[in-house]
Amino acid sequence: MQEIPINTYSSPTVILDLIYRLKVKDVMYKDLTCATMSSTLREIQHLMKKEKITGVPIVQGKRLIGLVSMDDIIQALDKGYIEEPCKAYMSRNIIVLEDDMPISFAINYFDKFSFHRFPVLNKEKELVGMITSRDISATLLVEINREMEILEKSQASNQPTNPNNINGEIHSYNIIKHDFENAGYASTQIKKKLKKGGVATQIIRRAAIASYEMEMNIVVHSNGGQLSATYTPNKVIICAQDRGPGIKDIEKALTPGWSTANDWIRSLGFGAGMGLPNVKNVSDDFSIESSPKGTSVTCTINLQKKDEENKDDSK
Amino acid sequence: MTVNDLAKIDGFNTIILSDGSLEVSSAYTGDLLSDVIANVGDDSVLITVQAHKNTIAVCSLSSMPAIVICNGRSCPDDMIKAAKENDISIFETDDTQFLASVKIAKALNL
Ligand SMILES: Nc1ncnc2c1ncn2[C@@H]1O[C@H](COP(=O)(O)OP(=O)(O)OP(=O)(O)O)[C@@H](O)[C@H]1O
Ligand SMILES: [Mg+2]
Repeated sequence: MQEIPINTYSSPTVILDLIYRLKVKDVMYKDLTCATMSSTLREIQHLMKKEKITGVPIVQGKRLIGLVSMDDIIQALDKGYIEEPCKAYMSRNIIVLEDDMPISFAINYFDKFSFHRFPVLNKEKELVGMITSRDISATLLVEINREMEILEKSQASNQPTNPNNINGEIHSYNIIKHDFENAGYASTQIKKKLKKGGVATQIIRRAAIASYEMEMNIVVHSNGGQLSATYTPNKVIICAQDRGPGIKDIEKALTPGWSTANDWIRSLGFGAGMGLPNVKNVSDDFSIESSPKGTSVTCTINLQKKDEENKDDSK
Repeated sequence: MTVNDLAKIDGFNTIILSDGSLEVSSAYTGDLLSDVIANVGDDSVLITVQAHKNTIAVCSLSSMPAIVICNGRSCPDDMIKAAKENDISIFETDDTQFLASVKIAKALNL
């Protein structure tokens, strides 16, 4: 059974927005009860009982060294080493979360691993909290309640919106903030459509580069938005539109190598600061506008082979 | 050579062989995905440490037939599944990216 029965890619948009907006640090508990390597398993057992917890992090200063779980205590009682220091028996290979990650990550971790809790570290690798699936469920319930209230209130004035509006030759895709699980889906669809249309490989490649970079920028840097592709016989126009926070200095953003991506985003291979320059390079026509309300990037790629043969690099 | 030939390289473990008959005529070594997607040539195998699903998206968009994951890193299940769906093969190795690149260059007679 899933620890948290929420699908992190095909749930309703309200839920998806929530699990990508809420961060691990918004959900974790910070009031930690810790022990050190010299604490005996017996002492830890008492700690667990007193604090009504089932896992105790073992620390050295602010560094996480290990973890003792209820299972470890039961083992110790069973095998008769409960009076010994925990050092030799604690789990050392611990999977941790970062406080800046969206809780969708945490949900996936609970799914992937059979642990009941994860320690949370900050950028400085210090232990700052712990998270259990219960913390997530509880926070989600509160937030969903709030969202439902807003939804109910706005229902009367709500205009219908259609996320995947396939209107003849315009296809548009909803892109969710920090949704790395599904990142690349929209670009893949655009590539497939062009391939089906018999467009030359080199031109498809350029469209794939542009759409991927634009899609990833919405995932990585924005509060979420849409990627759309308008197909005409002569060209494809790819548009990225998001809901903020905008780019302060567009000129800098277009400079190769300039990036504001944080460490964990970089660890996934993003943040080279090459995305927008790539888009500009492969476009026959390129424009970008940005305000705190949102960024919109438009890239046009001519589908005529002739253009490819003349290879116009100046644009 | 083909993806099948990559599987024969010493120290490369086959994690998933999706379409072994696909042509491999070059390789690209890199971990920055926007660098990879911008510069990779046709029919290239990707040599990287990025063991996650987004790498598959980049390979699929750039028509790369295979990935070699270096430094003993291992691929999560969702990545392997996505690779299968996109006809991409994955190999894991304890080699560094440099060593893996050299081995592939030799296999390509470069
Ligand atoms: N949609 C957006 N909303 C807000 N900021 C953005 C958006 N797109 C780009 N930026 C800003 O512009 C910078 C440069 O973007 P660019 O795509 O060139 O590089 P990157 O995304 O940081 O790295 P890479 O694309 O190489 O992985 C980003 O670091 C970010 O600060
Ligand atoms: Mg980018």
